[in-house]
Amino acid sequence: MSQKHFEKLGLKIIAVTLGFSLIPLFTLGATIYYQFNSTFQNKMTESLRNLAQNRKSSLELFIDERISQLNTIAQTHSFEKLADETFLTKVFNAMQSRSKSFIDLGIIDSEGNHLAYVGPYHDKLMSVNYAHEDWFNAVQSTGAYVSDVFLGFRKAPHFIIAVTTVQNNRVWILRATINSAIIDEIVAGAQIGKRGDAFIVNRANILQTAPRFSGKLLTHPSSLDFSSSRALIVETLSFQGNETLYAAVPIVNPNWVLVISEDPQEEMALLFRAHYIEAVILAFGVFLVIIGTVLTTRVMTRRLKEIEKEKSKSEDLIIQSSKMAALGKMAAGIAHEINNPLQIIGDQAGWMKDLLDSEDIKQTENFEEFDQCIKKIERQVNRSREITHRLLRFGRRMETTQELVDINQILMETLTFLENEAHFRDIQIQTNYDDNLPKISTDPNQLQQVFLNIIDNAIDAVGQSGQIRVETFTDKQNHKQIMVKISDNGPGISRELISKIFDPFFTTKRPDEGTGLGLSISYGIMEKLGGHIAVESEEGKGTTFIISVPQGSSSM
Amino acid sequence: MDRFKVIVIDDEVDFVDTMVKRLKDKGLESYGAMNGPDGLELVESKDPDVVVLDVKMPKMSGIEVLREIKKKKPLTEVIMLTGHGSVEAGIQGLQLGAYNYVMKPVPFNELLNLIVQAYDRKLIEQERGV
Repeated sequence: MSQKHFEKLGLKIIAVTLGFSLIPLFTLGATIYYQFNSTFQNKMTESLRNLAQNRKSSLELFIDERISQLNTIAQTHSFEKLADETFLTKVFNAMQSRSKSFIDLGIIDSEGNHLAYVGPYHDKLMSVNYAHEDWFNAVQSTGAYVSDVFLGFRKAPHFIIAVTTVQNNRVWILRATINSAIIDEIVAGAQIGKRGDAFIVNRANILQTAPRFSGKLLTHPSSLDFSSSRALIVETLSFQGNETLYAAVPIVNPNWVLVISEDPQEEMALLFRAHYIEAVILAFGVFLVIIGTVLTTRVMTRRLKEIEKEKSKSEDLIIQSSKMAALGKMAAGIAHEINNPLQIIGDQAGWMKDLLDSEDIKQTENFEEFDQCIKKIERQVNRSREITHRLLRFGRRMETTQELVDINQILMETLTFLENEAHFRDIQIQTNYDDNLPKISTDPNQLQQVFLNIIDNAIDAVGQSGQIRVETFTDKQNHKQIMVKISDNGPGISRELISKIFDPFFTTKRPDEGTGLGLSISYGIMEKLGGHIAVESEEGKGTTFIISVPQGSSSM
Repeated sequence: MDRFKVIVIDDEVDFVDTMVKRLKDKGLESYGAMNGPDGLELVESKDPDVVVLDVKMPKMSGIEVLREIKKKKPLTEVIMLTGHGSVEAGIQGLQLGAYNYVMKPVPFNELLNLIVQAYDRKLIEQERGV
């Protein structure tokens, strides 16, 4: 498998893992976000609804109390007594000692004439006739009447409460002016936060209390019109581009509407904090998932790569050994087929030689030439015979023996074959033998063939003027292995070629110089003997062959 | 050298012809056959001292021919020629009573030496048998 394939696989694993872990994470995040939002909205709406109800109750309670207070006075005192201003002053003082909200108190008969008055505007009001006033007619029909707020002579906001009393067939009206500061206070209690507002409008959408932001008393509020509300409403509405949460609740008597507004943003700060925390946790989770996925995938693909590498390595070995086996068979087959013709050529040449010896041809002119020819033919037959026998050995491993041998001794013997050649080419062979090498049981001829092949190759590689080192030692990690290291300072082997050098018929030499079988035969021999040949090479620096021979070589 | 009888059995015509010619030249009475059955016939009619026998032949393998020879003429010595270079065929031959085995191509002088040695052994065996 290629590098690209692994990268693609890695990306796939990352994508799938991220998909399966991030989708639930984001779903959870989104669910929490919306649940939290709606819960918070509900809570906010609910608390505003409660606030509105609560203020409405307070307002109604306050006004009902004033009405019943007036009723009590009217019911418990006779008209005559109350029409007496001295007595009325007493009553008024008693009322004021309990509550400062009463400003004045007056008695009006059924014709609308002021009969008695206690308060700051005695002269002005005593002469007023109310017969044509709307409230006068209203109080006579409903029994109790509460007016809208107005600015009186003192320019202070107040309103009127009037109750009708029927006593001994006489109809009369008790009227009181009430300071609306208390109502303002109750309403102001609903002005929440920095941007929240609360106010009362009447049915004509005129402000009855002073709002914080939404206009001035007794004008139209600079806000949405809730004056026609018939029941409690709480909703978020957009006004002048701002989302605002409104609550509007009608008050029965007087016929007003309490409006409370709230800036959701202010309340939302808490929600935003929660969202922020959630986002941080989510981001952290995503970060962890990504890091974890990438790291795990990387570890996994690395492991896969290693496995693949090991696999291809062992596959290479299998291919190499099966290649060797197939080639061995082929080589043996070819050698066998060639041996027969070789035999015949050799015999024919021999026969000719015999004939030359026995007859008078010796005296002929070309006798020397014939003789030379036959000798050359015989020499070439012998050469071919050596090749075919070597091929057969490669294929069949014939004539193996088992002896107790000293590797140093074998190397020394091998070098004697090659010393002349090396000397001739000005190549120095340095040796460094480990004298403590144990003797081992193996096939000395085959081992010698291996050494011969490799050292011969080294001489050819160096060519002219160079060095070859031959060393023996026992493997430090595995004392059962004897190592023979043969290094040269020749031109080295390129990366492309190094994998092929053990292939049969692979050679860099000219066709008449080498068969390309030496190293493959050596490789086969060492595998057969339970050892191994490894090669290290650097172009321009030289090549090193390391041959390991097992001490307990019991094969063959 | 005694003039003794040698039969060469091999499916290679040129090999058989040359061998027979050269053996005759060395003063031996020699015959050739191209396959097992012909060879066996020849062995029966000529009663040779030594047979040079190729292992790998069509019709009848060298090993079978060797068996037949040893059955009919137990004293005849047989030298096996293996083109295979296989130890097994040679060893099998030895087990069946062949004198020796040799791998092709073999120089004529070597083969001649072997033939003479085989004949010598035959003489010793004959004496012992008598």
